[in-house]
Amino acid sequence: MLETITQPWPWYTAGIIIGLIVPTLLILGNKHFGISANLRHMCAACFPSDIPFFKYDWKKESWNLFFIAGIFIGGFITAHYLGSDAPIVIHPELKTELATYGITDLSGMVPVQLFELHDVFTLRGFIMMVGGGFLVGFGTRWAGGCTSGHAIMGLSDLQWPSLVATICFMIGGFVMANLILPFILSL
Amino acid sequence: MKTQQEETDFEVRSLDTMCLNESNLSHPWWYNFKYLAVGIVFGVVFVKAEIISWFRIQEMFRLQSFHMYGVIGTAVVVGAISVFLIKKLKIKTIHGEEITFTDKKFNKGQIYGGLIFGLGWAVTGACPGPLFAQLGTGVLAIGIVILSSIAGTWVYGKFRDQLPH
Repeated sequence: MLETITQPWPWYTAGIIIGLIVPTLLILGNKHFGISANLRHMCAACFPSDIPFFKYDWKKESWNLFFIAGIFIGGFITAHYLGSDAPIVIHPELKTELATYGITDLSGMVPVQLFELHDVFTLRGFIMMVGGGFLVGFGTRWAGGCTSGHAIMGLSDLQWPSLVATICFMIGGFVMANLILPFILSL
Repeated sequence: MKTQQEETDFEVRSLDTMCLNESNLSHPWWYNFKYLAVGIVFGVVFVKAEIISWFRIQEMFRLQSFHMYGVIGTAVVVGAISVFLIKKLKIKTIHGEEITFTDKKFNKGQIYGGLIFGLGWAVTGACPGPLFAQLGTGVLAIGIVILSSIAGTWVYGKFRDQLPH
Protein backbone atom coordinates (compact mmCIF):
# COMPACT_ATOMS: atom_id res chain seq x y z
CA MET A 1 0.00 0.00 0.00
CA LEU A 2 2.68 2.46 1.04
CA GLU A 3 4.63 1.56 -2.06
CA THR A 4 1.64 2.46 -4.24
CA ILE A 5 1.56 5.84 -2.58
CA THR A 6 5.27 6.55 -2.86
CA GLN A 7 5.49 5.58 -6.56
CA PRO A 8 4.63 8.28 -9.11
CA TRP A 9 0.92 8.19 -9.91
CA PRO A 10 -0.43 7.55 -13.42
CA TRP A 11 -2.23 10.24 -15.41
CA TYR A 12 -5.69 8.73 -15.01
CA THR A 13 -5.49 8.71 -11.20
CA ALA A 14 -4.42 12.35 -11.21
CA GLY A 15 -6.97 13.33 -13.87
CA ILE A 16 -9.88 11.76 -11.99
CA ILE A 17 -8.93 13.37 -8.65
CA ILE A 18 -8.39 16.81 -10.22
CA GLY A 19 -11.67 16.45 -12.14
CA LEU A 20 -13.47 15.64 -8.87
CA ILE A 21 -12.14 18.85 -7.30
CA VAL A 22 -14.55 20.73 -9.59
CA PRO A 23 -17.78 19.30 -8.04
CA THR A 24 -16.22 19.18 -4.57
CA LEU A 25 -15.67 22.95 -4.52
CA LEU A 26 -19.11 23.57 -6.01
CA ILE A 27 -20.83 21.38 -3.44
CA LEU A 28 -18.80 22.65 -0.50
CA GLY A 29 -19.85 26.22 -1.11
CA ASN A 30 -20.60 27.12 -4.75
CA LYS A 31 -16.93 27.85 -5.41
CA HIS A 32 -15.58 27.77 -8.94
CA PHE A 33 -12.24 26.07 -9.38
CA GLY A 34 -9.55 28.64 -10.18
CA ILE A 35 -6.08 29.53 -9.02
CA SER A 36 -4.73 32.58 -10.83
CA ALA A 37 -7.30 34.92 -9.29
CA ASN A 38 -5.28 34.54 -6.09
CA LEU A 39 -2.52 36.64 -7.64
CA ARG A 40 -5.10 39.37 -8.04
CA HIS A 41 -6.33 38.93 -4.46
CA MET A 42 -2.75 39.35 -3.27
CA CYS A 43 -2.45 42.60 -5.23
CA ALA A 44 -5.80 43.75 -3.85
CA ALA A 45 -4.75 42.86 -0.31
CA CYS A 46 -1.19 44.21 -0.39
CA PHE A 47 -0.83 46.92 -3.05
CA PRO A 48 -4.23 48.08 -4.35
CA SER A 49 -2.59 51.45 -5.19
CA ASP A 50 -5.97 53.00 -6.00
CA ILE A 51 -6.22 50.89 -9.17
CA PRO A 52 -9.91 50.12 -9.84
CA PHE A 53 -9.09 46.53 -10.83
CA PHE A 54 -7.82 45.90 -7.31
CA LYS A 55 -10.51 47.77 -5.43
CA TYR A 56 -12.88 45.02 -4.43
CA ASP A 57 -13.61 43.06 -1.32
CA TRP A 58 -10.88 40.44 -1.60
CA LYS A 59 -11.80 39.05 1.81
CA LYS A 60 -14.95 37.67 0.19
CA GLU A 61 -12.68 35.46 -1.88
CA SER A 62 -10.48 34.35 0.99
CA TRP A 63 -11.52 30.71 0.44
CA ASN A 64 -9.28 30.82 -2.64
CA LEU A 65 -6.26 31.83 -0.54
CA PHE A 66 -6.95 28.94 1.85
CA PHE A 67 -7.11 26.68 -1.20
CA ILE A 68 -3.62 27.64 -2.42
CA ALA A 69 -2.28 27.47 1.12
CA GLY A 70 -3.50 23.87 1.02
CA ILE A 71 -1.65 23.28 -2.27
CA PHE A 72 1.53 24.58 -0.63
CA ILE A 73 1.06 22.25 2.37
CA GLY A 74 0.25 19.32 0.06
CA GLY A 75 3.51 19.94 -1.79
CA PHE A 76 5.41 20.04 1.50
CA ILE A 77 3.84 16.83 2.85
CA THR A 78 4.45 14.92 -0.36
CA ALA A 79 8.06 16.01 -0.69
CA HIS A 80 8.84 15.07 2.90
CA TYR A 81 6.73 12.01 3.61
CA LEU A 82 5.25 10.53 0.43
CA GLY A 83 7.98 11.00 -2.10
CA SER A 84 10.20 8.66 -4.00
CA ASP A 85 13.77 9.80 -4.50
CA ALA A 86 14.11 8.19 -7.91
CA PRO A 87 14.99 10.70 -10.63
CA ILE A 88 12.29 11.35 -13.17
CA VAL A 89 12.27 9.25 -16.35
CA ILE A 90 12.00 11.57 -19.34
CA HIS A 91 11.87 11.14 -23.10
CA PRO A 92 15.37 10.33 -24.44
CA GLU A 93 15.25 13.15 -27.00
CA LEU A 94 14.47 15.69 -24.28
CA LYS A 95 17.27 14.25 -22.17
CA THR A 96 19.74 14.68 -25.03
CA GLU A 97 18.50 18.17 -25.82
CA LEU A 98 18.72 19.34 -22.20
CA ALA A 99 22.21 17.88 -21.86
CA THR A 100 23.40 20.21 -24.64
CA TYR A 101 22.44 23.13 -22.36
CA GLY A 102 24.20 21.54 -19.41
CA ILE A 103 21.02 20.37 -17.72
CA THR A 104 21.86 16.85 -16.64
CA ASP A 105 20.46 16.68 -13.11
CA LEU A 106 16.97 15.19 -13.36
CA SER A 107 16.33 14.91 -9.65
CA GLY A 108 13.58 17.05 -8.25
CA MET A 109 10.51 18.56 -9.86
CA VAL A 110 12.32 21.58 -11.23
CA PRO A 111 15.84 21.41 -12.66
CA VAL A 112 18.24 22.45 -9.91
CA GLN A 113 20.65 23.65 -12.59
CA LEU A 114 18.13 26.31 -13.65
CA PHE A 115 16.18 27.23 -10.54
CA GLU A 116 18.55 28.03 -7.71
CA LEU A 117 18.20 31.32 -5.88
CA HIS A 118 21.57 32.62 -7.08
CA ASP A 119 20.66 31.86 -10.73
CA VAL A 120 18.49 34.96 -10.70
CA PHE A 121 21.72 36.98 -11.03
CA THR A 122 22.52 35.32 -14.36
CA LEU A 123 20.84 36.46 -17.58
CA ARG A 124 19.35 33.01 -18.19
CA GLY A 125 18.05 32.68 -14.65
CA PHE A 126 16.63 36.20 -14.63
CA ILE A 127 14.74 35.66 -17.88
CA MET A 128 13.38 32.31 -16.74
CA MET A 129 12.33 33.23 -13.19
CA VAL A 130 11.50 36.93 -13.30
CA GLY A 131 10.53 37.07 -16.99
CA GLY A 132 8.64 33.78 -16.95
CA GLY A 133 6.77 34.63 -13.76
CA PHE A 134 5.80 38.02 -15.13
CA LEU A 135 4.37 36.47 -18.31
CA VAL A 136 2.38 33.98 -16.22
CA GLY A 137 0.88 36.68 -13.98
CA PHE A 138 0.22 39.21 -16.74
CA GLY A 139 -1.08 36.63 -19.23
CA THR A 140 -3.42 34.74 -16.92
CA ARG A 141 -5.09 37.90 -15.72
CA TRP A 142 -5.51 39.30 -19.24
CA ALA A 143 -6.92 35.95 -20.32
CA GLY A 144 -9.17 35.91 -17.24
CA GLY A 145 -7.88 32.60 -15.93
CA CYS A 146 -5.27 29.89 -16.11
CA THR A 147 -5.20 26.17 -16.69
CA SER A 148 -7.55 25.52 -13.78
CA GLY A 149 -10.05 28.31 -14.40
CA HIS A 150 -10.23 28.03 -18.18
CA ALA A 151 -8.92 24.62 -19.26
CA ILE A 152 -10.54 22.60 -16.46
CA MET A 153 -13.41 24.62 -14.94
CA GLY A 154 -14.31 26.53 -18.12
CA LEU A 155 -14.21 23.50 -20.41
CA SER A 156 -16.14 21.42 -17.85
CA ASP A 157 -18.89 24.04 -18.06
CA LEU A 158 -18.62 23.96 -21.90
CA GLN A 159 -17.66 27.64 -22.17
CA TRP A 160 -16.31 28.30 -25.66
CA PRO A 161 -14.26 31.38 -24.62
CA SER A 162 -12.38 29.02 -22.31
CA LEU A 163 -11.65 26.76 -25.28
CA VAL A 164 -10.22 29.78 -27.15
CA ALA A 165 -8.07 30.61 -24.13
CA THR A 166 -6.90 27.00 -23.72
CA ILE A 167 -5.91 26.77 -27.40
CA CYS A 168 -3.96 30.03 -27.04
CA PHE A 169 -2.20 28.70 -23.89
CA MET A 170 -1.06 25.71 -25.92
CA ILE A 171 0.05 27.78 -28.94
CA GLY A 172 2.07 30.06 -26.65
CA GLY A 173 3.61 27.05 -24.95
CA PHE A 174 4.56 25.32 -28.20
CA VAL A 175 6.14 28.50 -29.57
CA MET A 176 8.14 29.07 -26.41
CA ALA A 177 9.30 25.48 -25.85
CA ASN A 178 10.31 24.83 -29.45
CA LEU A 179 11.34 28.19 -30.89
CA ILE A 180 12.35 30.57 -28.10
CA LEU A 181 13.41 28.47 -25.10
CA PRO A 182 16.38 26.88 -26.93
CA PHE A 183 17.92 30.37 -27.21
CA ILE A 184 17.23 31.20 -23.58
CA LEU A 185 18.65 27.88 -22.36
CA SER A 186 21.82 28.34 -24.37
CA LEU A 187 22.51 31.75 -22.78
CA MET B 1 -30.83 47.92 -4.48
CA LYS B 2 -27.23 47.48 -5.38
CA THR B 3 -24.94 50.45 -5.45
CA GLN B 4 -23.06 51.41 -8.59
CA GLN B 5 -19.82 50.29 -7.03
CA GLU B 6 -21.17 46.84 -6.30
CA GLU B 7 -22.51 46.38 -9.80
CA THR B 8 -19.23 47.40 -11.39
CA ASP B 9 -17.50 45.07 -9.02
CA PHE B 10 -19.70 42.17 -10.06
CA GLU B 11 -19.13 42.90 -13.73
CA VAL B 12 -15.40 43.20 -13.35
CA ARG B 13 -15.23 40.05 -11.33
CA SER B 14 -17.43 38.08 -13.69
CA LEU B 15 -14.79 38.62 -16.38
CA ASP B 16 -12.52 36.52 -14.29
CA THR B 17 -12.62 32.92 -13.43
CA MET B 18 -13.19 33.59 -9.83
CA CYS B 19 -16.07 32.70 -7.71
CA LEU B 20 -18.95 35.12 -7.92
CA ASN B 21 -19.66 34.70 -4.30
CA GLU B 22 -22.99 36.40 -3.95
CA SER B 23 -23.91 34.10 -1.12
CA ASN B 24 -26.00 35.72 1.56
CA LEU B 25 -24.96 33.21 4.15
CA SER B 26 -22.13 34.36 6.28
CA HIS B 27 -19.91 31.69 7.64
CA PRO B 28 -17.29 31.90 10.33
CA TRP B 29 -13.84 32.33 8.81
CA TRP B 30 -12.70 28.87 9.88
CA TYR B 31 -15.21 27.31 7.47
CA ASN B 32 -12.52 28.09 4.91
CA PHE B 33 -10.47 25.21 6.28
CA LYS B 34 -12.53 22.85 4.13
CA TYR B 35 -10.96 24.54 1.10
CA LEU B 36 -7.55 24.18 2.71
CA ALA B 37 -8.22 20.43 2.95
CA VAL B 38 -9.19 20.22 -0.74
CA GLY B 39 -6.06 22.21 -1.57
CA ILE B 40 -3.88 19.73 0.31
CA VAL B 41 -5.30 16.85 -1.76
CA PHE B 42 -4.68 18.88 -4.91
CA GLY B 43 -1.11 19.64 -3.83
CA VAL B 44 -0.36 15.98 -3.13
CA VAL B 45 -1.69 14.96 -6.57
CA PHE B 46 0.34 17.72 -8.22
CA VAL B 47 3.56 16.28 -6.85
CA LYS B 48 2.72 12.57 -6.98
CA ALA B 49 1.64 12.68 -10.61
CA GLU B 50 4.61 14.89 -11.55
CA ILE B 51 2.26 17.60 -12.85
CA ILE B 52 4.50 20.22 -11.28
CA SER B 53 7.54 18.79 -13.03
CA TRP B 54 9.28 21.26 -15.34
CA PHE B 55 10.40 18.23 -17.37
CA ARG B 56 6.84 16.92 -17.91
CA ILE B 57 5.75 20.35 -19.16
CA GLN B 58 8.66 20.41 -21.61
CA GLU B 59 7.63 16.95 -22.86
CA MET B 60 4.04 18.13 -23.28
CA PHE B 61 5.04 21.08 -25.46
CA ARG B 62 7.34 18.86 -27.53
CA LEU B 63 4.68 16.14 -27.96
CA GLN B 64 7.06 13.67 -26.33
CA SER B 65 4.67 12.41 -23.70
CA PHE B 66 0.97 11.77 -23.34
CA HIS B 67 1.08 12.25 -19.56
CA MET B 68 -0.09 15.88 -19.23
CA TYR B 69 -2.68 15.50 -22.00
CA GLY B 70 -4.01 12.47 -20.14
CA VAL B 71 -4.21 14.36 -16.85
CA ILE B 72 -5.92 17.46 -18.24
CA GLY B 73 -8.15 15.45 -20.61
CA THR B 74 -9.37 13.12 -17.86
CA ALA B 75 -9.91 16.04 -15.48
CA VAL B 76 -12.06 17.85 -18.07
CA VAL B 77 -14.16 14.74 -18.77
CA VAL B 78 -14.73 14.07 -15.05
CA GLY B 79 -15.38 17.79 -14.43
CA ALA B 80 -17.83 18.04 -17.34
CA ILE B 81 -19.82 14.98 -16.21
CA SER B 82 -19.94 16.42 -12.68
CA VAL B 83 -21.11 19.84 -13.82
CA PHE B 84 -23.73 18.20 -16.07
CA LEU B 85 -25.05 16.14 -13.15
CA ILE B 86 -25.07 19.11 -10.78
CA LYS B 87 -27.13 21.12 -13.28
CA LYS B 88 -29.39 18.23 -14.23
CA LEU B 89 -30.15 17.09 -10.69
CA LYS B 90 -30.12 20.65 -9.32
CA ILE B 91 -27.72 19.57 -6.61
CA LYS B 92 -27.31 22.12 -3.84
CA THR B 93 -24.32 22.96 -1.67
CA ILE B 94 -23.90 21.33 1.72
CA HIS B 95 -25.36 24.53 3.17
CA GLY B 96 -28.46 24.15 1.00
CA GLU B 97 -27.59 26.96 -1.38
CA GLU B 98 -28.11 26.81 -5.10
CA ILE B 99 -25.01 26.13 -7.21
CA THR B 100 -24.71 28.81 -9.86
CA PHE B 101 -22.83 29.12 -13.13
CA THR B 102 -22.00 32.27 -15.06
CA ASP B 103 -21.34 32.19 -18.78
CA LYS B 104 -17.95 33.53 -19.72
CA LYS B 105 -17.99 36.35 -22.23
CA PHE B 106 -15.51 36.27 -25.04
CA ASN B 107 -12.98 39.07 -25.17
CA LYS B 108 -9.70 39.52 -27.02
CA GLY B 109 -7.82 39.11 -23.76
CA GLN B 110 -8.42 35.39 -23.94
CA ILE B 111 -6.33 35.38 -27.13
CA TYR B 112 -3.55 37.88 -26.27
CA GLY B 113 -3.40 37.00 -22.60
CA GLY B 114 -3.68 33.30 -23.39
CA LEU B 115 -0.70 33.45 -25.76
CA ILE B 116 1.36 35.39 -23.20
CA PHE B 117 0.51 32.97 -20.42
CA GLY B 118 1.44 30.06 -22.72
CA LEU B 119 4.88 31.59 -23.27
CA GLY B 120 5.38 31.93 -19.53
CA TRP B 121 4.04 28.43 -18.83
CA ALA B 122 6.67 26.80 -21.04
CA VAL B 123 9.52 28.84 -19.50
CA THR B 124 8.68 28.35 -15.84
CA GLY B 125 7.26 24.88 -16.41
CA ALA B 126 4.37 25.76 -14.17
CA CYS B 127 1.00 27.41 -14.21
CA PRO B 128 -0.11 29.28 -11.07
CA GLY B 129 -1.32 26.22 -9.11
CA PRO B 130 1.86 24.16 -9.49
CA LEU B 131 3.97 27.18 -8.50
CA PHE B 132 2.60 26.99 -4.97
CA ALA B 133 3.14 23.23 -4.81
CA GLN B 134 6.72 23.63 -6.09
CA LEU B 135 7.38 26.20 -3.39
CA GLY B 136 5.91 23.74 -0.90
CA THR B 137 8.34 21.04 -1.96
CA GLY B 138 11.09 23.43 -0.93
CA VAL B 139 12.33 25.02 -4.14
CA LEU B 140 12.95 28.51 -2.79
CA ALA B 141 13.73 30.04 -6.19
CA ILE B 142 10.07 29.53 -7.13
CA GLY B 143 9.33 32.28 -4.59
CA ILE B 144 10.92 34.69 -7.09
CA VAL B 145 8.69 33.34 -9.88
CA ILE B 146 5.59 33.79 -7.70
CA LEU B 147 6.54 37.36 -6.71
CA SER B 148 7.15 38.17 -10.36
CA SER B 149 3.77 36.71 -11.34
CA ILE B 150 2.10 38.90 -8.72
CA ALA B 151 3.96 41.86 -10.23
CA GLY B 152 2.73 40.82 -13.69
CA THR B 153 -0.85 40.74 -12.44
CA TRP B 154 -0.39 44.18 -10.87
CA VAL B 155 1.00 45.67 -14.09
CA TYR B 156 -1.96 44.19 -15.97
CA GLY B 157 -4.33 45.85 -13.49
CA LYS B 158 -2.49 49.15 -13.86
CA PHE B 159 -2.67 49.23 -17.67
CA ARG B 160 -5.93 47.31 -18.07
CA ASP B 161 -7.79 50.23 -19.67
CA GLN B 162 -5.16 50.67 -22.38
CA LEU B 163 -5.19 47.00 -23.39
CA PRO B 164 -7.57 45.57 -26.00
CA HIS B 165 -10.39 43.45 -24.59
